[in-house]
Amino acid sequence: FTKRKLDHATLEELEDLLIQADLGVETAARIAGALSKGRFGKDIAPDEVRAVLAGEIEAVLAPVARPLVVESATRPFVIMVVGVNGAGKTTTIGKLAAKFRTEGRSVLLGAGDTFRAAAIEQLKVWGERTGAPVVTRPQGSDAAGLAFDTVKQAQEAGTDVVILDTAGRLQNKAELMAELEKVVRVIRKVDAAAPHAVLLVLDATTGQNALTQVDAFARTAGVTGLVMTKLDGTARGGILVAVAAKTGLPVHFIGVGEGIDDLEPFAAQDFARAIVGLDEG
Amino acid sequence: MFEGLSTRLSGILDRLKGRGALSEADVQEAMREVRRALLEADVALEVVRSFTDKVRDRAVGAEVIKSVTPGQMVVKIVHDTLVETLGTEGVAIDLQAVPPVPIMMVGLQGSGKTTTTAKLAKRLFEKQKKKVLMASLDTRRPAAMEQLAILGKQIGVDTLPIVAGQSPVQIARRAIEAGRLGGYDVVMLDTAGRTHVDEALMVEVAEVEKAAGPHETLLVVDSLTGQDAVNVARSFTGRVKVTGVVLTRVDGDGRGGAALSMRAVTGKPIKLLGTSEKMDGLEDFHPSRIANRILGM
Ligand SMILES: Nc1nc2c(ncn2[C@@H]2O[C@H](COP(=O)(O)OP(=O)(O)OP(=O)(O)O)[C@@H](O)[C@H]2O)c(=O)[nH]1
Ligand SMILES: Nc1nc2c(ncn2[C@@H]2O[C@H](COP(=O)(O)OP(=O)(O)OP(=O)(O)O)[C@@H](O)[C@H]2O)c(=O)[nH]1
Ligand SMILES: [K+]
Ligand SMILES: [Mg+2]
Ligand SMILES: [Mg+2]
Repeated sequence: FTKRKLDHATLEELEDLLIQADLGVETAARIAGALSKGRFGKDIAPDEVRAVLAGEIEAVLAPVARPLVVESATRPFVIMVVGVNGAGKTTTIGKLAAKFRTEGRSVLLGAGDTFRAAAIEQLKVWGERTGAPVVTRPQGSDAAGLAFDTVKQAQEAGTDVVILDTAGRLQNKAELMAELEKVVRVIRKVDAAAPHAVLLVLDATTGQNALTQVDAFARTAGVTGLVMTKLDGTARGGILVAVAAKTGLPVHFIGVGEGIDDLEPFAAQDFARAIVGLDEG
Repeated sequence: MFEGLSTRLSGILDRLKGRGALSEADVQEAMREVRRALLEADVALEVVRSFTDKVRDRAVGAEVIKSVTPGQMVVKIVHDTLVETLGTEGVAIDLQAVPPVPIMMVGLQGSGKTTTTAKLAKRLFEKQKKKVLMASLDTRRPAAMEQLAILGKQIGVDTLPIVAGQSPVQIARRAIEAGRLGGYDVVMLDTAGRTHVDEALMVEVAEVEKAAGPHETLLVVDSLTGQDAVNVARSFTGRVKVTGVVLTRVDGDGRGGAALSMRAVTGKPIKLLGTSEKMDGLEDFHPSRIANRILGM
């Protein structure tokens, strides 16, 4: 490949590449700026540019690539899963349950989405698939009450892990966010240290709105970590770079399909390379 | 939705409005700001490019710069170009066909197809007095069929009885047949969510289309979608004959860039907006009203 001078036009092209991956204007400019430092005006091969760019992104993501630690000493270890509508919460719970079961842990699921039609039935199917019992209450019941029952039941049975599903909610709906706060409060009545992990599920196809999602859910539900779903499509999920830079919240997993095994640990380098279009195919 | 974009754009345009004289450089600078505002609202890059190019070409015309109120003329050009991008007129769901009229919903996973199917069925039934049958062709997602059945009961609209083991194409045929025999006006087909790079599923949706011959095929898209909106738009319209777009979760605080992208890339009208999780959260889309809202007019 022919080398090319790293000039303003080239930098703009690179910025556009990042913008198309949903990094956002500001983050894209910052990453491209970091790349140009010390290299501006010099000759550089296209592949090298991408590799360096991936390196800059990886540097932002590496500190947040941290696994979800489920302490065996904490029993039950209570995980609550939150996020906007349709992000992939229930499916991710199914995948997580499968993973924990494979590790030999006992799992109890709580069907905390008492709002959406057939949300309970959906979680029950995942319970059957993974051999995890599911605590349910009829549709329309109080979600906090369901959460209370689930944690209590796990305590009494000595279950290793509890995963609580919650209804999808948009972060600008004060009433629904207050309901989430209440769920957390009620869980603490059973175990003051619970929930031990609060996972926010982000859909990779989401654009800049993911930033305010993280803000709002962190504030109301005390998010401890992130999962990004739907990375098996063409969306690159670049907003995660902006989120990482801004919040430093750990990213635990990525979802790469609808199947039970389609959950992978978040790997900063792979993610960064995919964003700039390296390692394709 | 749109509030954030509106604030940004009106700020930029207000500064132009008062100007007595305007150089080409001033227009360039304003377009750079517009570009940024649109990108921050998640408008697809290629759509942003063609939008700012259009406005720039129209605005640097000699008449504009030499006119007495060049700023206001540029604002008008932005407005008109925005309306053009969003589509000029509202377009309603078309039921002008031999009943039962099939309507098919397609889109990515979790975009809101099943919910919108029920919302639209409710509206057709309650407001237009249509006899509607809904069928779930989603044989993949756990409890997808139950979801539609529960919604059907809730809104008082019939759903096709669930028969285990049938393929989506078989269900589609059975739905149309049941629609015919049962004297239904409309048959709504809710399909499974699919990523457009899943070749097997894209072939499947085209087969369903062939079997059902939908009069309307609505592409359901989350209004919080980022730059991927162009890929979705292009792939789905390339595989099935999309007749309109539904934007969901408009009740969020997203800046709504997907609205501009979808219309521009598909060339199909946005027909409906999903404005809540509840069954009455469905609104018609009025391009010029939205354009005014975006520009704070
Ligand atoms: N392609 C793909 N689809 C996914 C992934 N994760 C979830 N889905 C699909 O996305 C859709 C929504 O997933 P759910 O798990 O129901 O999402 P949710 O957040 O629980 O939705 P609500 O409870 O309605 O708010 C389903 O069709 C899932 O199969 C993923 O990683 N890749
Ligand atoms: N706030 C809000 N939520 C919506 C809207 N439309 C759908 N939803 C919610 O989004 C989630 C997903 O909706 P579904 O109708 O199940 O989406 P789908 O496209 O059928 O999903 P799959 O069949 O899994 O691909 C649910 O929690 C719905 O309640 C909307 O306009 N506003
Ligand atoms: K979505
Ligand atoms: Mg769910
Ligand atoms: Mg569905």
